[in-house]
Amino acid sequence: MAMMNMVEALNLALHQMMTDDDSIVVFGEDVAINGGVFRVTKGLIEAFTERRVFDTPLAEAGIVGTAVGMAIRGLKPVPEIQFSGFSYQAFHQIEQNMARFRNRTRGRYPINMVLRCPYAGGIRAVEHHSESREAYWAHTPGLKVVIPSSPRAARALLVGAVDDPDPVVFYEPKSIYRAFREEVPEERESWPLGESRIVREGEALTIIAWGAMVPRAIEAAQDLEDERDTSVEVLDLQSISPIDTDGLVESVQKTGRAIVVHEAPRTAGVGAEVVARLNERALEYLDAPIKRVTGYDIHFPFFQVEQQYLPDAETIKLAAAETLDY
Amino acid sequence: MPRTELDYGQRLEHLSILDERGAVDDALDPGFANDELLRLYRAMVLTRQLDIRMLRMQRQGQMGTFAPGRGQEATQIGSIRALRKSDWYWPSYRSFGAQMWRGWTVEGLMLLWDGYFAGFEIPEGTNELPFSIIVGGHIAPATGIAMACRYEGTDEVVLTNFGDGATSQGDFAEAVNFAGVYKSPIVYLCENNQWAISTPFEKQTASKSIAHRALGFGVEGIQVDGNDILAVSVAVEEAVARARAGEGPTVIEALTYRMDVHTTADDPTVYRKDDEVERWEAKDPIIRFEKYLRDRGALDDAAIEAIESEERARVDAGRKLFDELKQKDYREVFDYVYATLPPELQEQRADYFAKLDRAGL
Repeated sequence: MAMMNMVEALNLALHQMMTDDDSIVVFGEDVAINGGVFRVTKGLIEAFTERRVFDTPLAEAGIVGTAVGMAIRGLKPVPEIQFSGFSYQAFHQIEQNMARFRNRTRGRYPINMVLRCPYAGGIRAVEHHSESREAYWAHTPGLKVVIPSSPRAARALLVGAVDDPDPVVFYEPKSIYRAFREEVPEERESWPLGESRIVREGEALTIIAWGAMVPRAIEAAQDLEDERDTSVEVLDLQSISPIDTDGLVESVQKTGRAIVVHEAPRTAGVGAEVVARLNERALEYLDAPIKRVTGYDIHFPFFQVEQQYLPDAETIKLAAAETLDY
Repeated sequence: MPRTELDYGQRLEHLSILDERGAVDDALDPGFANDELLRLYRAMVLTRQLDIRMLRMQRQGQMGTFAPGRGQEATQIGSIRALRKSDWYWPSYRSFGAQMWRGWTVEGLMLLWDGYFAGFEIPEGTNELPFSIIVGGHIAPATGIAMACRYEGTDEVVLTNFGDGATSQGDFAEAVNFAGVYKSPIVYLCENNQWAISTPFEKQTASKSIAHRALGFGVEGIQVDGNDILAVSVAVEEAVARARAGEGPTVIEALTYRMDVHTTADDPTVYRKDDEVERWEAKDPIIRFEKYLRDRGALDDAAIEAIESEERARVDAGRKLFDELKQKDYREVFDYVYATLPPELQEQRADYFAKLDRAGL
């Protein structure tokens, strides 16, 4: 076990997987010599040469499109889109080929690729570098969507995403890339996709969150426990598609109350899907309506004011308290 | 020192071997044996017979919306003959002649165009991809296949074709640029048929030609008479050989013409004049090839009649099989979306099956 931040944990995952499997290739803008703008791919070119780790022309559709072709020819590409806000330059390749190719070819050509994208706000970046659009991909049949919330989860889920035969959009919450360290096992760890995770046990309410909202949800839960004689559960959804409905239902059956937290705009966000599933499957267990604590339905603000846009522990705590008092 | 001329250091050629009157440039004639020539001729005839049949079926309400390819047979057959079985072919949607060469069946193509999922069953024995319906959407993935071939160190080559409209897509530029940088073993064949539905080539680009686009990417380029099967054959064969030898990609522009509608939902009389179509009728790729074959003594009236009737019979047989294979596979629509159906989709499928049960399907 070593203490690692999320960047180091992701880097470990790539190093170990590439050592074990010659079919894995890593490419994208500035990922090779530079090691990626966030250094997630640091040292890979030295370890695996330019054959397997290479810089591409600055062209997102080219990156995703060629990755699909490599997957057709049997490689396991793990390309990086430098910021998720640039992935829309490749939207058509993700939707038209990456997501559909297994189906179009009746299973003959599965697309075993993982599209890594740093995503979400909080790093004082210029426009297009901060938004959360996981709902686009969750709305796209054929894709899986994963968002880790901690170093260990990031490592194990990235390995799980490469192990998974379906194409995965892997969103990395860059505001917590280096925010904290966690013990990450040395030996290979792979978590299957499609499973949520209880990151804090509680009895009175479930906070459902993902990505950088998970640490904030934990902070809010701790505050509530300190301030009131109540215990709050935090469920890390982590698999945005498919959603672990059973995991959600199980937690809410126990607590009877829930709120859902995400950075993305509220309308048609993944939170709405979570609420709908709990409505369908756990209504009779609910003692209060499920509140949503989310970004607003506006463009992500310029960074001087971004922290006020993002859900924070205080807002989460207030919503949880209202739900507890309902 | 200001204002010197930039030298590209690269020449572009236009290649024509067999002109529209059937006259051949002996110095450039690749000298194919009669067997090979007749194999090409037969494939062109089959392509046209299928085209005629599918168009008629569509007009009779027996076929879905369909994109005919009459006039482009030389480009199709002249290019596809250069591939080995282990090579990869990723076509656009107006490519059934080349597709049949590679193992797609008459009945399979009919199923596909008539909206049956079974038509997307990929033939065994060659490396085929289903045609791209999104214009230009396949050019970058085709390039990725070529990059992977190079990664694996094989001598496989990728051929992908698309129309003039596709070259306006950003993906064309991104893909050719990637292939140039990585020296990927791929041949980009642009079938410039002059029309993207109702938009003529001169409104597609101010570039003098598609072949010129190659210069900007630092890759090989050539323009050929796309209705001249000998010119197409020579240019593609050279490009494939270069790709196989690790010398990188080529952009080939084949000048041809879409003789018929864009699809059966289209009415070209709205946007183009009959005399333009008539001018191109005179350049028909099959007629000039027939003359060439007659001049060599490889073909006569009786042989033409026999080949036409044999290929028509193939289409008839495929049509019969198509009628037998037409099965609405209601219950397979969930099968290929994911490797394993997630729980939510299992529930949705159960709902859907219940709906089918209620409808007696």
